Amino acid sequence: MIRPDAELLLEITDLHAAVEDKPILKGVNLQVRAGEIHAVMGRNGSGKSTLSKVLAGHPAYRVTGGSVRYRSQDLFELEPEERARLGVFLGFQYPVEIPGVSNLEFLRVATNARREKQGAEELDTFAFEDHVGEKLAVVQMDPAFLERSVNEGFSGGEKKRNEILQMALLEPVVSILDETDSGLDIDALRIVAGGVNQLATTDNATLLITHYQRLLDEITPDYVHVMAAGRILRTGGRELALELEQTGYDWVDKELAAQGVA
Amino acid sequence: MTSSSTKDLVSQPYKYGFVTEIETDKIAKGLSEDVVRLISAKKEEPDFLLQFRLRAFRNWLTLEEPDWAELGYPEIDYQDIVYYAAPKQQDKKASLDEVDPKLLETFDKLGIPLSEQKRLSNVAVDAVFDSVSIATTYKEKLAEHGVVFCSFSEAVKEHPELIERYLGSVVSSNDNYFAALNSAVFSDGSFVFIPKGVECPMELSTYFRINSGDTGQFERTLIVAEEGASVSYLEGCTAPMFDTNQLHAAVVELVALDDASIKYSTVQNWYAGDENGVGGIYNFVTKRGQCRGARSRISWTQVETGSAITWKYPSCLLQGADSVGEFYSVALTNNCQQADTGTKMVHVGPRTRSTIVSKGISAGRSSNSYRGLVQMGRNAKGARNYSQCDSMLIGDQAAANTYPYIRSQQPQAAIEHEASTCRISEDQLFYLQSRGIGFEEAVSMMVSGFCRDVFNQLPMEFAAEADKLLALKLEGSVG
Repeated sequence: MIRPDAELLLEITDLHAAVEDKPILKGVNLQVRAGEIHAVMGRNGSGKSTLSKVLAGHPAYRVTGGSVRYRSQDLFELEPEERARLGVFLGFQYPVEIPGVSNLEFLRVATNARREKQGAEELDTFAFEDHVGEKLAVVQMDPAFLERSVNEGFSGGEKKRNEILQMALLEPVVSILDETDSGLDIDALRIVAGGVNQLATTDNATLLITHYQRLLDEITPDYVHVMAAGRILRTGGRELALELEQTGYDWVDKELAAQGVA
Repeated sequence: MTSSSTKDLVSQPYKYGFVTEIETDKIAKGLSEDVVRLISAKKEEPDFLLQFRLRAFRNWLTLEEPDWAELGYPEIDYQDIVYYAAPKQQDKKASLDEVDPKLLETFDKLGIPLSEQKRLSNVAVDAVFDSVSIATTYKEKLAEHGVVFCSFSEAVKEHPELIERYLGSVVSSNDNYFAALNSAVFSDGSFVFIPKGVECPMELSTYFRINSGDTGQFERTLIVAEEGASVSYLEGCTAPMFDTNQLHAAVVELVALDDASIKYSTVQNWYAGDENGVGGIYNFVTKRGQCRGARSRISWTQVETGSAITWKYPSCLLQGADSVGEFYSVALTNNCQQADTGTKMVHVGPRTRSTIVSKGISAGRSSNSYRGLVQMGRNAKGARNYSQCDSMLIGDQAAANTYPYIRSQQPQAAIEHEASTCRISEDQLFYLQSRGIGFEEAVSMMVSGFCRDVFNQLPMEFAAEADKLLALKLEGSVG
C-alpha cells in the first residue's frame, strides 16, 4: 500500500559495492516506505542478490560508495547481528545447514535477541515453545522440524518455509527476500507467499528479489524495479512485471547499449 | 566479518596464568638414581616403593622417547628439569588452618575454594600444588562410607598394602617412556578406594596446579573400585604462563572389579603457550583402566583445551566378560597447539563392549590428531565396538588427522567406525548473525552443538564450565 506520508524505512542512495574488487553495484537508488511491497527483478548477474547481501552485511561484500539509511540510521555502521535485532531481515536464497545446532534453540536465541531490542520480555524454553507453535501455522510447518538441526536435511521447500517462520518470529521492519520462490513447486510457493502476505502490515515493508513474475501472482507488489548492470534501470507498478513476462529482458540490453554501459 | 569486530575478539588472556610467590623446597636439576633415592627418602617411603622406582628408572634408561605421534617439538633435556618441588611448611596439615594461607588463596583464585565455609557442597577435592597434595576436603565424611580419598603420599603411609597390590598393575613401570619416567620420580597424586558394594556419595575431584617454572610435574593417580562399587571422579589442571615449557608426565590407573563402575572426567586447561607457540605445558600422559571384573564399566570423558603438546590415550583393557569401556573426548587446539590424542579399547573378554566418541576442533595454525586402537582378542566372542571421530576446522590454516587402527582376531566381533570432517564457514556464521546472534555466540553455538555428545557425559556441574571454556579458548580464532 502506497502512502506518501508513511515512514521512510530504507533510503538507498547511489550505492556502490564490490566482491573481491569486482564492482557489482554501480549506483543503486531506492526508497522504501512503511506499508510498501517492492519487487526487484532482473537477470542473473544484474546485482539483485548482491543488493540483498550488502543490506544484511555479508562480510564478502564491500561497500565502495553511497549510503543506506535505515530509519534515519547509517546502516553500514551496524554489525549484521545489530541490523537483525533492529528489524532488518534477509530471507536467504540458499539457507545454510548448521549441523548440531538445534533449530528450536536457534529460533529461540534469535527471537530473544530481537525481543530485547523491541523491549519485550525474554522467552524461556517453555514460553518459546508455545510462541513458536502459533507461528508454525503461518507456513503450515510440522513441529517435528523444530527438533532437527538448523536446515539439516531439509528439502528446498522446507528450508524456505523455515526462513518465513524466522520472519514470523522476528517481526522484521524491512524484509528482504532473496529469490524466495526459487526451487519451489507451486504448492510450496503458495504456502510461502501466503506467509509473506500474512506478515505484511502497514508498519513494515517487503523487498522481493525475484527472477520470475510468478511470485508476483501470489504477492502483489506496489513497485517493480528492474535491475541491470548494478543499477535500477526502470521502476514501475505491477504492470512492469507483466510486461517483462511478455517481452523478456531483451529491451534491457538495448537500453543499456543506448546508455553506453553494455 | 568487518575488521572492527574481529579486533574486538582478540583472545582473552589465559586467566590462570598467575604465579604464587611461595618458598619452595626444591632439589637440584637433573635425574639420576640418586635423585630417585632422594625423592623416595624425602617422602619416607617403604622399601617396596623405592624398589618400584628404581626398577622404573632402570627401565627408563633403556627406553626410547616415542616419535610416532603427529607432534613436533624441540628435544627435551631431561637433565634440565627439577624433579621435586614442594611448598615449604610441608608436614601434613592436621587441619586446613595449618595450610599456608597463600596456597589456600591460590586455589580460591582458581575457583577451587578449600576452606570449610566456601568449599563446593557436593564435590570432595584433593588439591595438588607442584609436587605435593596440600589438602583434601571431606575426607572424614567419605571415610564414614569406607571410601578412601587422599593424596598418594598419605595412601602410601596409611594403606601401603593397597598401594603395593595395585600400583603398576595396570600401567607397568616399563609400559612406555613417559610411564617409566613417572614411575621413577612421581611425587604425589590422588588415591581413591571404594570398597565392595559402596556407591561413592559425592563427586571426587583432584585439582592439579603447576606453579614453578622449571619443575616437571609427575603425578600418579590410582582408583580402585571393588565389587559392585561405583565412583565419579574429575580432574582439573591449570598452570602459570611461562615462556619456557614445563613437562607434565602423569600416570593414571583405574581398576574395576566385578560390577564396579568408574567414571573419570578431565577438564585439562594447562597453559597452552602464547599465540606464537612460546611456552606452554608438554603433556605426556598415560591413562589406562582395567575392567578386571565381569560387567564392570570404565568411562573416560576428557575435554582437552590446554597444553602446547598433548600426547594422551586414555584406554580400557576389557578383561571381564560383558565389561564396558567408553571414551568421550573433545580436544580443542588453537594458535600453535598440537594434540595427538585418542584411546585404546582392548577387548579380551567375551561380549565386551566399547564406545568411542571423539570430537577434534582445530583453529589457528594448530594440529589435532585422533589416534585410536580397537583390538579384538581371540576370546572376545560377541564383542562390539562403535567409534565416531569428527573433526571441525576453524579457519584455513589448521590441520586435523584421524588414525584409526583396528585389529581383530575374533571373527564374531563387530567393529563400526564413522568419521567426518567439517569446517565452520563464513556463510554459516553470517546466517546466524543475520538472525541477531552475535559473532561469538554464533561460534560457540556451533562448537557446542558439535561437542554435545561429549558434554552430555560430563558431570552436571562441569558441563556448563566446559562450554564456556571452549568459547573462551576460541575467541578471536574465526574471521
